[in-house]
Amino acid sequence: MQPTTTATDGPGARRRARTFTGQLQNGDRIAHFTTFIFAAAIIVITVVLFYELYASSSLTREKFGWRFLTGATWDPVALEFGALPFIYGTLVTSILALIIGVPLGVGAAIFLAELAPVRMSAVLAFIIELLAAVPSVIYGLLAIFTLVPFLRDYIAPVLEGTLCFLPLFQGASYGFSLLAGGCILAIMILPFIISISREVLLAVPREQREASLALGATRWETAWHVAVPYARPGIIGSIFLALARALGETMAVTMVIGNAPRINLSLFAPGYSIAAAIANEFSEATSNMHVSALIELGFVLFCITILVNAVARLLILMTTRKGSAA
Amino acid sequence: MILRSTRRKITNIVMFTITGLCTFVAVSVLFFILGYLLWQGGQALNWNFFTKLPAPVGETGGGFANAIVGSAKLLMLAALIGIPIGFLGGVYLAEFGGQTTTFIVRYTTDLLNGVPSIIIGIFAYALIVVPMGHFSTLAGGIALGVLMIPITVRNTEEFLRSVPNTLREGALALGATKWRAVATVVVPAALPGITTGILLAVARVAGETAPLLFTAFGNRFWSPGWNQPTASLPDTIFKYAIAPYEDWNQQAWAAGLVLLSLVLATNIAARLILRRQTRTSRG
Amino acid sequence: MNRVASILAIALFCTGCSDRPKTDVVYSDAPAGLVLINGAGATFPYPIYSKWFDQYHRLFPQIQINYQSIGSGGGIRQVIEGTVDFGATDSPMTDAQLREAKTKILHFPTVLGAVVPVYNIPGITEEINGITEINFTPDALAGIFLGKITKWNDPELKRVNAGLNLPDKGIVVVHRSDGSGTTYVWTDYLGKVSPEWKSKVGVNTSVNWPAGLGGKGNEGVAGLIKQTPYSIGYLEFIYAIHNKMAYGRVRNSDDNFVKADLDSVAAAAAGVKTIPADFRVSITNASGHDSYPISSFTWLLIPSKIPVPAKKEAIVDFLNWMLDDGQQMVEALAYAKLPKELVEMEQKAIASIE
Repeated sequence: MQPTTTATDGPGARRRARTFTGQLQNGDRIAHFTTFIFAAAIIVITVVLFYELYASSSLTREKFGWRFLTGATWDPVALEFGALPFIYGTLVTSILALIIGVPLGVGAAIFLAELAPVRMSAVLAFIIELLAAVPSVIYGLLAIFTLVPFLRDYIAPVLEGTLCFLPLFQGASYGFSLLAGGCILAIMILPFIISISREVLLAVPREQREASLALGATRWETAWHVAVPYARPGIIGSIFLALARALGETMAVTMVIGNAPRINLSLFAPGYSIAAAIANEFSEATSNMHVSALIELGFVLFCITILVNAVARLLILMTTRKGSAA
Repeated sequence: MILRSTRRKITNIVMFTITGLCTFVAVSVLFFILGYLLWQGGQALNWNFFTKLPAPVGETGGGFANAIVGSAKLLMLAALIGIPIGFLGGVYLAEFGGQTTTFIVRYTTDLLNGVPSIIIGIFAYALIVVPMGHFSTLAGGIALGVLMIPITVRNTEEFLRSVPNTLREGALALGATKWRAVATVVVPAALPGITTGILLAVARVAGETAPLLFTAFGNRFWSPGWNQPTASLPDTIFKYAIAPYEDWNQQAWAAGLVLLSLVLATNIAARLILRRQTRTSRG
Repeated sequence: MNRVASILAIALFCTGCSDRPKTDVVYSDAPAGLVLINGAGATFPYPIYSKWFDQYHRLFPQIQINYQSIGSGGGIRQVIEGTVDFGATDSPMTDAQLREAKTKILHFPTVLGAVVPVYNIPGITEEINGITEINFTPDALAGIFLGKITKWNDPELKRVNAGLNLPDKGIVVVHRSDGSGTTYVWTDYLGKVSPEWKSKVGVNTSVNWPAGLGGKGNEGVAGLIKQTPYSIGYLEFIYAIHNKMAYGRVRNSDDNFVKADLDSVAAAAAGVKTIPADFRVSITNASGHDSYPISSFTWLLIPSKIPVPAKKEAIVDFLNWMLDDGQQMVEALAYAKLPKELVEMEQKAIASIE
């Protein structure tokens, strides 16, 4: 269909066009307005969400104030609620996920973008992108029956044997632990890091690579010393994206983390993440204070996520300005 | 004495191998998941699974029929909410928005994207379940719809922006007004990408469990209409997976296989269609 | 064309978000005659409840009772909020909770059950035929769950298990991560036998556990115990039986080590002298030589006023059926029947549902 919209075009169109002409100007305005309404709906939803979380947690906010963030006791009987064990569990599992996932992910991205043959790279990247589509509950399902026994029976004894001087690896290993939570999160964030880093690396201008190779660098040296620094903001951005994802991940974590609201230095100990706590306790919180505490937990998680996103943007802004451009 | 050049060559090969191993690990995870699910789930997959309702504890022969239908209904509702807001929001960002409003909307969308799905569940519970007085498919569908919005917005905006300005200018030069240019030229040009994105968004929320825990609630029977609690694939998988009954665990595997197959099939199909479309449109 | 589409989109968006009127319109989209009842609560009676609701549905196909086992805490919460038609709990509602509810909530005992200490010790708990039962004193149980007794070969355990070779391994404690009536019964018992437990941890559906892993529902705890060697947890009796898991004997107040079974649980119920009119009573640590000390009733929480007549009829009818035919099915699933006097009291109480 051709975009013929002038008022004097075509026979049948003339009559319609005349009534339309006056409105042709407004047609744009109506379209602008309509799409704006829908875009505004997004803002409305987010604001209402924020407000809802803030308002419904008023009971515990008033009772505990900032102590909520530093308290380490979560006692629904004594109505004593402190979020520290959950914040600890969330942060520990997410950081562990990054420690495991970033080297693996960036390594794979470098391989796919710089070192591997082009067609192989495209196929493998496609497969890895599919990993991002696997639902969380399926990761959890598999983790219960494969990852947890594997960690408990093979990895933990090794870690305990070699690194037991570190408080990180002391104590009995139940399988269901912070370690399991961190591992499953690492697997879940891999596809994000890989696909975004790969895209960013591929976007590095050919001239940069060619110049490096022309000077006699090996492919690895080109990748590491030329392409990666150029793509660094994007790679860091992908890491933060992965972190934000890991922080909010619920199902897979709750199925393997052990669900114990205690702070324990050992990675073998069971722990609890904010999202897992909400999932487990929300529909059963028997007192209004308990419900308020859980919603405040959600609010804390929301704020942490906003913070991480903001830092990510800032970092990207800073490193882009510092000059990765040619 | 190793020559510096040899050392660099060795480093090259070693790093090639290491990064190759990293890739291998990542790729093999997917095959491991698929293989394990096929092995465990395949055993429990039978005709009963697709046609029967769940059986009480201890009795065999139950199925997931209501969960499959429930998921379909939830996704329909989610699409009804997520697609209009997401698509038109994206159009606004790409075509009509001003400087500040675009910035605010985009920032808010990113915020919403970062909200963990469980919190969207609480949101839907407080806003819909409590005032209505009961759990429902409606609440679950709305929660999933809200989840779909940021993905769809970002995707639509991206593909609209990727349409070359020459197309827009051509339409405007021929006398089209802005909205007609967008509607009849820009959007159709970006349509393959946008539809792919929508399909992927639907596939993504199809696997979400957390927001359904306290909205759709779960149901052992068929759920008529939109006002009753409903079973759904991911929710039932979760409940059956943590149960200590052997036959429930088996069914969880089978359901996991079905869910994963559907999600992966949608993903593969959507991406392949997109690739073919971009290739032909460029040709 | 696009304008029409946009307007349509706005319209759909608005209708999608509008609040629907409550209660009476609930059945407007259900086929005529279909009565849909939603309930939530305890995981302990889930096996018998799922059997009952399934059987009842076969007898009356137009009545569907959808029960989700989200834990006693959840049952209480949702029935207070009114988001479900009935609740189920092993832990009777407190006065404070009853005050919170919009209508008066009635308790109806359904079956008797027991909570047993379940363990997984490689070398001792083999197949069900070769199971060797461990004797637990009240102090041993309190000590383990307080985190003070940490090894299986602790003197407190060895003392009463002379014939067993308890290993020198750490005890992994498993408890509930959700709000649970099973937890209530277990902590109720521990609170009665251990002053330290009562002051330090307390009695509730959800407590601040000094030690251990959390599993969701009886199902989750059973799963965790099965998958974790040298673990111990507490389960409703029926889950241990169904899953062929080893559980121990507990010493009752008459100094007798009793293993939970239908007779010992019934003995505990028989040991209760008076049952209050609202049926809220605890029978842990009951007297009697053969009583199993960690027994409990489980209740259905029914609102005293049910606005939709069809639902009210169905619920009343189900309750009567449950007290009559339903009771005949419980022993096959290893629950104990309600005492006759209790059944008669309940039948009278059903009349007070409006």
